[in-house]
Amino acid sequence: MTVRRLADESVQPTSFAFNNDNQAWAEKRIALYPAGRQQSAVIPLLMRAQEQDGWVSRATIEKVAEMLGMAYIRVLEVATFYTQFQLQPVGTRAHVQVCGTTPCMLRGAGELISVCKSRIHHDPHHLNADGTLSWEEVECAGACVNAPMVTIFQDTYEDLTPARLGEIIDAFHAGRGETIKPGTQIERLNAAAEGGQTTLLETPTATREKFVPPAPPEGTAPAAATPAAPAAPAKKTEPDTAARPKDVTEETAPALKGTPAEAKVSEAKAESERKAADTSAKADGTPNAEMRPGATGAESEAGKIDGGKAPGKESADAAPSGATPTDVDKTSAVKVAPPAEGLSPTAETGGPVPLFQAPEGPADDLKQIGGVGPVMESKLKAVGITRWSQIAALTPEEIERLEASLNFKGRVARDNWQQQAEVLARGGVEEYRKVFGKDPR
Amino acid sequence: MLADKDRIFTNLYGQHDWRLEGARSRGAWVGTKEFIDSGRDWITNEVKGSGLRGRGGAGFPTGLKWSFMPKVSDGRPHYLLVNADESEPGTCKDREILRHDPHHLIEGCLLASRAMDAHLAFIYVRGEFMRERQRLEEAVQEAYDAKLIGKDNVHGWDLDIIVHHGAGAYICGEETALMESLEGKKGQPRLKPPFPAGMGVYGNPTTVNNVESIAVVPEILRRSGAWFNSIGRPNNVGTKLFMVSGHVNKPATFEEALGESFKDIIEKHCGGVRGGWDNLLAVIPGGASCPVVRGEDMMDAIMDFDGLREKKSSFGTGGMIIMDKSTDIIRAIWRIAAFFKHESCGQCTPCREGTGWMMRVMERMVEGRAQKREIDMLFSVTKQIEGHTICALGDAAAWPIQGLIRNFRDVIEARIDQYTWSSTSDGAVPSIAAE
Repeated sequence: MTVRRLADESVQPTSFAFNNDNQAWAEKRIALYPAGRQQSAVIPLLMRAQEQDGWVSRATIEKVAEMLGMAYIRVLEVATFYTQFQLQPVGTRAHVQVCGTTPCMLRGAGELISVCKSRIHHDPHHLNADGTLSWEEVECAGACVNAPMVTIFQDTYEDLTPARLGEIIDAFHAGRGETIKPGTQIERLNAAAEGGQTTLLETPTATREKFVPPAPPEGTAPAAATPAAPAAPAKKTEPDTAARPKDVTEETAPALKGTPAEAKVSEAKAESERKAADTSAKADGTPNAEMRPGATGAESEAGKIDGGKAPGKESADAAPSGATPTDVDKTSAVKVAPPAEGLSPTAETGGPVPLFQAPEGPADDLKQIGGVGPVMESKLKAVGITRWSQIAALTPEEIERLEASLNFKGRVARDNWQQQAEVLARGGVEEYRKVFGKDPR
Repeated sequence: MLADKDRIFTNLYGQHDWRLEGARSRGAWVGTKEFIDSGRDWITNEVKGSGLRGRGGAGFPTGLKWSFMPKVSDGRPHYLLVNADESEPGTCKDREILRHDPHHLIEGCLLASRAMDAHLAFIYVRGEFMRERQRLEEAVQEAYDAKLIGKDNVHGWDLDIIVHHGAGAYICGEETALMESLEGKKGQPRLKPPFPAGMGVYGNPTTVNNVESIAVVPEILRRSGAWFNSIGRPNNVGTKLFMVSGHVNKPATFEEALGESFKDIIEKHCGGVRGGWDNLLAVIPGGASCPVVRGEDMMDAIMDFDGLREKKSSFGTGGMIIMDKSTDIIRAIWRIAAFFKHESCGQCTPCREGTGWMMRVMERMVEGRAQKREIDMLFSVTKQIEGHTICALGDAAAWPIQGLIRNFRDVIEARIDQYTWSSTSDGAVPSIAAE
């Protein structure tokens, strides 16, 4: 909470009135809300008044209260509660709001504040000598990937350096604020990564390919999906999604299974709202039953395992276990490797042949290779790579194809997978220690 | 990694036309009438089947939430309230949707309103997003003009949309505070029950959803719930907007599949951590209210709800704050404590008094001007705030500090030692630059 009071009486104007445009706008705005709910317009009206005068005075509050038929104190409460309302005069040409919250702080908001202190006034909310500028530190303004940033009236100026902020302040001070382009101040397209976006490189279209569920591993899936599988996924799915048909069926498990423990408010809410909904409309079942018909997987093993159980401790435990490395191993080894011929790692490259043939015998722990995590490991297994020796023996063309299917160029060479894999294949962890002088991973 | 054709927000960076024509050329408003005609239950079931979990931070299943709305109206109107009061530090995804893909959101409002029998939708945009709000208002007007929404529109489901806004209060992102604020009051959360689905805005049944949750709905219906469900790990499915801020080489917002590894995401989209992976100190994985995680623990983290729960943190909104070894971690968390102190609404005593108290103790710990026993005391106070307030802001204020103490106790103690060693015999202590 912050203590916010109206400005001293000496600066309070005696009256306030909207100009004609704003008056017409305000009447329209009030009429927008359902009958008898005009009070809803209080924030928009105060904001419009602030845009007109620069700040919210006592007269403004009284005028808005009269327009909406509210008690003065109710509008005063609103004006003092919401920190965007300026309760004392601000700079006429610019009121610089520097975001100082952690993401901006990490990228140098502190220096921006120093600039404001030296150029405008030592203290926030104070006018500079000629009354044209003021500044304050605000809490997160919602442009964190473009940090650090400032807001001046309606526009944001992002990716700032202290020098650039100095130029901006100078421009506004001279009344030339409109010469500064709002938004990012460096070579960058809005929130895309500097130097070029990493996604959305294709031109989007209005057509959507029809989704065909990937082929299920062994007979657990609905009959309908099976015949369609070989043709369509080749165009549609990525290898990793194709390797996860089980996911679809496991989804039928209780909806609340994976709700974070922190979301207890929501859970409590779910509980009582479910009860309420049950009484109001008998149609409602348990969340299990509700979730099930909507899913594609129909009745599955997973559904049955959890079927009768309440979303209690046991099933809650079941959720994260799907992510432990051992489980990933198991699922990828058992289910993913065999259908290697049926799934479509080559979808990306367009070729008809599978990428690799998974060798017989137990799989190696690919995670021992620096740069391969559980996700990467399951992807590798999905394309048929289960052994260290396979990685060590990759040819450059194979690496290229592999990286294309993993959608990750240069990964193998950069993290030096092949040498690591060769050492691991030769002598396991012992050899790895000897060669690299450290434990794998 | 997700392919471009599977991305939902195709104009995330504003590289294309955001207006109706441009949105249509990218697939928005295609087949909407069919979905509306398929009826309420079909839409709800499809969204349930998609496994979509709320994108606002708590991760509550969206379809399930919708089904809490009364099946038969008792004469009171139903409302959809879209929560665009995005204020969590580290989070800036809704901004991109509002200003670059507004028609996704408007179409989503129409479909979601059909699914809950609502004829009026509110979109509550945070006050600071002024340009974004103007953009959204223009897009809503376009939709009215094209008879896509409004009375007697081409879709056969009447819907009015009111774009409302706040004035800089983080707490209004909490759903009941959001409703209070919409009604023209201070944004102080309400007790639950009654729940919004029974008694929400103006006392009428209301469902509150995040912008992203609503904006992905049209695409889910177009591509089918099974498509959405096939992306990611069980119970953590779909695509998600991620935001990476802080000490990476190239901070960015991007859409990616859930269930990718933290390292891959940062490498691919953000050019890695500033100064290399060995320079990574800590990560706040899902917006400021999530506990901080040590860098080395994040190395094998999977970015989804369950993956981060394993790390004793939370996926939150997907807004990652990355900190390298140049960071004063105590000061970084102190700034978050200051944020929550500033944003506490003042209604519940543990939060009103506790957030300020925690901030002041943290302030001393930044300098090292504290006793080591105070670390445990601070921890126990966070436990007394957590869970003892009407809304989750008390919890949100407590978690970052708990995360700090759990993971970086050694740093706090070292700071205290350093301060003690620097003190002189008469008790005067030179100030230590904590910058």
